[in-house]
Amino acid sequence: MATETPIADGEPIIRFDKVRKCFGDHNVLDQLDLVVTRGEKLAIIGPSGSGKSTILRILMTLEPIDGGVVEIAGEPLWHLRRNGSLVPADEKHLRRMRRHIGMVFQHFNLFPHMTALGNVTAALTHVLKMPKKEAEERGVQLLHRVGLADKLNSRPSQLSGGQQQRVAIARALAMRPSIMMFDEATSALDPELVGEVLNVMRDLAHEHDLTMVIVTHQMGFAGEICDRVSFIDSGRIVEEGPPDRVLKQPREQRTQSFLRAVLDS
Amino acid sequence: MIWDWEYAIDVLPALAEASLVTLAATFWGFFFALIIGLVLALLRRSQIWLIRASTGFFVEFVRSTPLLVQLYLLYFGLPQIGITMTPFTVGVIGLAVHVGAYISEVYRAGLDNVPAGQLEAATALNFDSYRRMMFIILPQAIPPIIPALDNYLVLMFKDTSLLSAIAVVEMLQLAKILGSESFRFLEPMTIVGVFFIVMSLLAASGIRYVEARVGRGST
Amino acid sequence: MDNVLNYVPELIEATAITIQLTLAIIIVAFVAALVAGSARLSRWRIVRLVAGIYVEVFRGASALIILFWIYYALPFFGVSLDAYMAAVIGLGLNSGAYGAEIVRGAILAVPKGQYEAATALNFTSLQRLRYVILPQAIVMMMPPFGNKCVEILKATSLVSLITLTDLTARGKQLATITFQPIEVFLIVLVIYFVIASIISFVMRRLEAALARNVGRRVVA
Repeated sequence: MATETPIADGEPIIRFDKVRKCFGDHNVLDQLDLVVTRGEKLAIIGPSGSGKSTILRILMTLEPIDGGVVEIAGEPLWHLRRNGSLVPADEKHLRRMRRHIGMVFQHFNLFPHMTALGNVTAALTHVLKMPKKEAEERGVQLLHRVGLADKLNSRPSQLSGGQQQRVAIARALAMRPSIMMFDEATSALDPELVGEVLNVMRDLAHEHDLTMVIVTHQMGFAGEICDRVSFIDSGRIVEEGPPDRVLKQPREQRTQSFLRAVLDS
Repeated sequence: MIWDWEYAIDVLPALAEASLVTLAATFWGFFFALIIGLVLALLRRSQIWLIRASTGFFVEFVRSTPLLVQLYLLYFGLPQIGITMTPFTVGVIGLAVHVGAYISEVYRAGLDNVPAGQLEAATALNFDSYRRMMFIILPQAIPPIIPALDNYLVLMFKDTSLLSAIAVVEMLQLAKILGSESFRFLEPMTIVGVFFIVMSLLAASGIRYVEARVGRGST
Repeated sequence: MDNVLNYVPELIEATAITIQLTLAIIIVAFVAALVAGSARLSRWRIVRLVAGIYVEVFRGASALIILFWIYYALPFFGVSLDAYMAAVIGLGLNSGAYGAEIVRGAILAVPKGQYEAATALNFTSLQRLRYVILPQAIVMMMPPFGNKCVEILKATSLVSLITLTDLTARGKQLATITFQPIEVFLIVLVIYFVIASIISFVMRRLEAALARNVGRRVVA
């Protein structure tokens, strides 16, 4: 693996330690090690099926791990420390840990029976038990921020893909996570709608404290807003480093051929 | 103890015998329901508007009204116009018409699924309408719907318990008779209930088996 | 025929009992279906098992057998229900068992992404069910529930066999009094048919309204 010392001035907020994940016989993640520091903006790139989305899904507790340890802010995500040893986490622990994390999905996954504002405030009122008025204030403010102040009462079915994805970003932000994850957030969009979503993400990248993990095929965008790029193949990090270096002068042969294939298309 | 084993074993042989009536009603009812259903489905494709419409109304009417009242209509009504039949026969007719109306919808779906080109090809080959149906359309329409028909066999089986209301001594009626003689309803009623549940479960797993074998390719 | 028509008001009166029973049973069945259908998808094995047994038992035995068992056999366990309660509970639980399968299918038909989004927003599994999954599943349940409501109307005729004087029971009495069973039972059937048509109409309206609420386009 070709790695230079990461931009590790901050404290680590995400740590994967020899994490293994398999679907049947297939090892999706194979002894994966990964550290992300607080406030860092990390892009994960790699061919489809390389396990990059699985990393996000594990962090969001949508997929359990089969081996190793994942830590968020120094605390094991999938385990509880009990008498010095690690035991599998219960739902209560998972719910506590999820508060750190927000996720934006490829297919938006907005709730179709709620308005845009309803989508953003649902978890505030039901999960955080916030008073309705306060939740709506926060929701309006966030929808304003993603440029949808005029769509508060629109249903997802009345919004374009780009608008839906912006609502989804506002919805995740509403929970004030310290880590925001984007799972191919623009892959399902028509080309002309990609820009508006990237603009919102670019705006977020200016937030110094927010950690962002982005799985993407938009190499230019990744290079522009991220501090670091990790190239993953067959469940392992093949190469990582500053975007300028990894994207422009990849050292590993597999990285080179992947980038060539992506740029050709 | 509430449950009286001795009494339960006592009534078991008679109930077992009555189960034959239940099963016979199921068999004959379903047999005729398959025929009635097919006839209704074909009538709904008639070229004559009036036949199509009245058949459609008849099917809808039978499906949205209670089987029990339909049985009463036949059981008490037929003698009024001079037709007398055994309760069992009346019951089988009632069951067959009721379930046949449901089954006609299944046939209809099967017939609708045969591509229009098949009919055109048969016409081009100068088949008359009877042969077109018999040799070209039905052989393609029926196999795919067989799994769906099985569910109506189970429905028919459960509906036979309604024959108790028109004096057919099937299982439930016998359980009621036995119960009122001994003032112990628990054992006979429970035995009948368990028999129905077990048979339904067996039928359901049988259907899953058939579906697994015929299934997939047929949809 | 003339003197039979004189009895129509009496039949209409008995129809009130039939409608009342239908509504009560629909409510019991709906609640039972939601609870059992959701429980069949529970994380806990024991909850799934209990719900599974309920569904198999109350679907496996016919409605009439359940009705008779509750009315005639249950008193041996010290639980005596009057005919009306026996009817509402027995037929409600019977229809509820069928409904549970509808609910289960509808819940499973809600896209996986909806579960994931709700989890990502840290909903508990119960909140997820209540605020995210069920509101969407209910729209998909409506068409089969509409049919189920007509089935419930039909099933109420069975209560005449445990001494309640509903439309069917009144019809049977009148058929004996008038010696004109064909006319009487045809009128009874027509009344049932009219109620069934009204139920279908109302359910379709409800269906369309709910579908609009979820933001789906409906072909009316």
